[in-house]
Amino acid sequence: MVQFDNVAVRYGYGPEILQDVSFSLPAGSFHFLTGSSGAGKSSLLRLMYLAQRQSRGRIVLFGRDIATSRRYELPALRRRVGVVFQDFRLLDHLSAMDNVALPLRVAGASENDIRKFVPDLLTWVGLADHLHAKPPTLSGGQKQRVAIARAVIGRPDLLLADEPTGNVDDHIAMRLMYLFEELNKLGTTVMVATHNENLVSRLPYPQLHLENGQMRRG
Amino acid sequence: MFSRHSDLPLEKDATSRFLPWLVAPMVFLCAVALAGVFILSGLIGRWDRDVSGTLTVEIAAASGDARESAERTRERVDQAVALLNGFPGVANARALTQDQLVALLAPWLGNSELLRELPLPALIDVTTRAESPPDLIALTAKLAQTVEGASLDDHRVWLSRLIRLSRSIEWLAIAIVMLIGGVTSATVFYATRTGMAIHQEVIEVLHLIGAPDDYIARQFADRAFVLALKGGVVGLALTVPVLMLIGMTARRLEGGFLAELSLPILGWLSVLVLPAVAALLAMLTARMAVHRTLARLL
Repeated sequence: MVQFDNVAVRYGYGPEILQDVSFSLPAGSFHFLTGSSGAGKSSLLRLMYLAQRQSRGRIVLFGRDIATSRRYELPALRRRVGVVFQDFRLLDHLSAMDNVALPLRVAGASENDIRKFVPDLLTWVGLADHLHAKPPTLSGGQKQRVAIARAVIGRPDLLLADEPTGNVDDHIAMRLMYLFEELNKLGTTVMVATHNENLVSRLPYPQLHLENGQMRRG
Repeated sequence: MFSRHSDLPLEKDATSRFLPWLVAPMVFLCAVALAGVFILSGLIGRWDRDVSGTLTVEIAAASGDARESAERTRERVDQAVALLNGFPGVANARALTQDQLVALLAPWLGNSELLRELPLPALIDVTTRAESPPDLIALTAKLAQTVEGASLDDHRVWLSRLIRLSRSIEWLAIAIVMLIGGVTSATVFYATRTGMAIHQEVIEVLHLIGAPDDYIARQFADRAFVLALKGGVVGLALTVPVLMLIGMTARRLEGGFLAELSLPILGWLSVLVLPAVAALLAMLTARMAVHRTLARLL
């Protein structure tokens, strides 16, 4: 599903943020990505959701070598990846429903399907009363749930979540993790980047730990 | 095309609001230039039609006293008319009467009795066969051999100069139309780029969730199409009365050639489709601007 071989990231002439990172995520696996702030978790995730290229090394995603893939082939790969951004990146001018519907619309889903699936998922994450609310009127936790719903609505093959439980209480955090587990059971490969050691210890999944840009398996 | 869903809040963009007010005068200027092209083309066609198929043979007045000169000139004219009517390709040759000659000169020399006493050259109006015109070189040679003082004028010299001037103006008008199109296109290009800078975050999110470039480009293109179409319709609304007024004024004037200053049907059609052309140009330009900008992203 995902294969990194000696991957490094460097911004300009600065030091390498990631150094010789090698790991693989088998299809259907569930991993936590841990590490202190500035360890390179977000950079690693950016490589995985194709927001940037590596400085060196080899990345294979869904069997495609990213370095040799043509630019026009990348959107189709991105549609197979669901991302929960740390800063949510919701579109403030769209309602919660339209934000969640974005991946479906981009994939060309019908409005009937959108009206059928999106309210159900928003209800599931506890936002049944906020379908038409715009992000600026939602709390941090509510925005996070909208962001998670947007990441999972398209049933992605790979789900990447950057601190998805940072703004919710433990109860909601576990509920969201159960949602990820459900998706994982349906075949989605999941990687959750988190600081929440309590969460990591309560779930029986392996850790990939980043420290000073280098990776070790936990 | 107009009702398609848009994820970008383009309708609230201050930068795109000016677009109709730019396109309206552009369409107006374009329509006026285009109308000019059609009107000139019509005039040239008419001048060409009027003089092609006709020739003028001039017989210089013979020397001698007035009576003798008139008699010898008349003989030469009869000789020339006989020659012309027998020449292959000539449909009819007819000498202008003294009254007709005086009438032709009257605007410059006045309608004086004195004019009738001057040794005026004689003119023969020749109509040629359109399907088999005469060999002008052979005719000129034959006339020079047979009739003393005869010369042939096929009107081409002054007409070709006039046509050349008109064609230059026509090309200038076409260049103006293209320039207007280019300026409109460039403005739409930079307005789109500005719009993309304003909505950079939204575009990035769409890009990262897998939107192909054309999904984003289409939203800018649709918006540009609608705005340019609105501007184009306003421009057209300004143009139509102006062109109608020019046509009406021309019809009221006396004088043969000004009657052609009205726009032909094809001209009207070209002017009427200008808003749609402007809208399509804006749409394609916006699409191209988005594609070029997004190509810089991974």
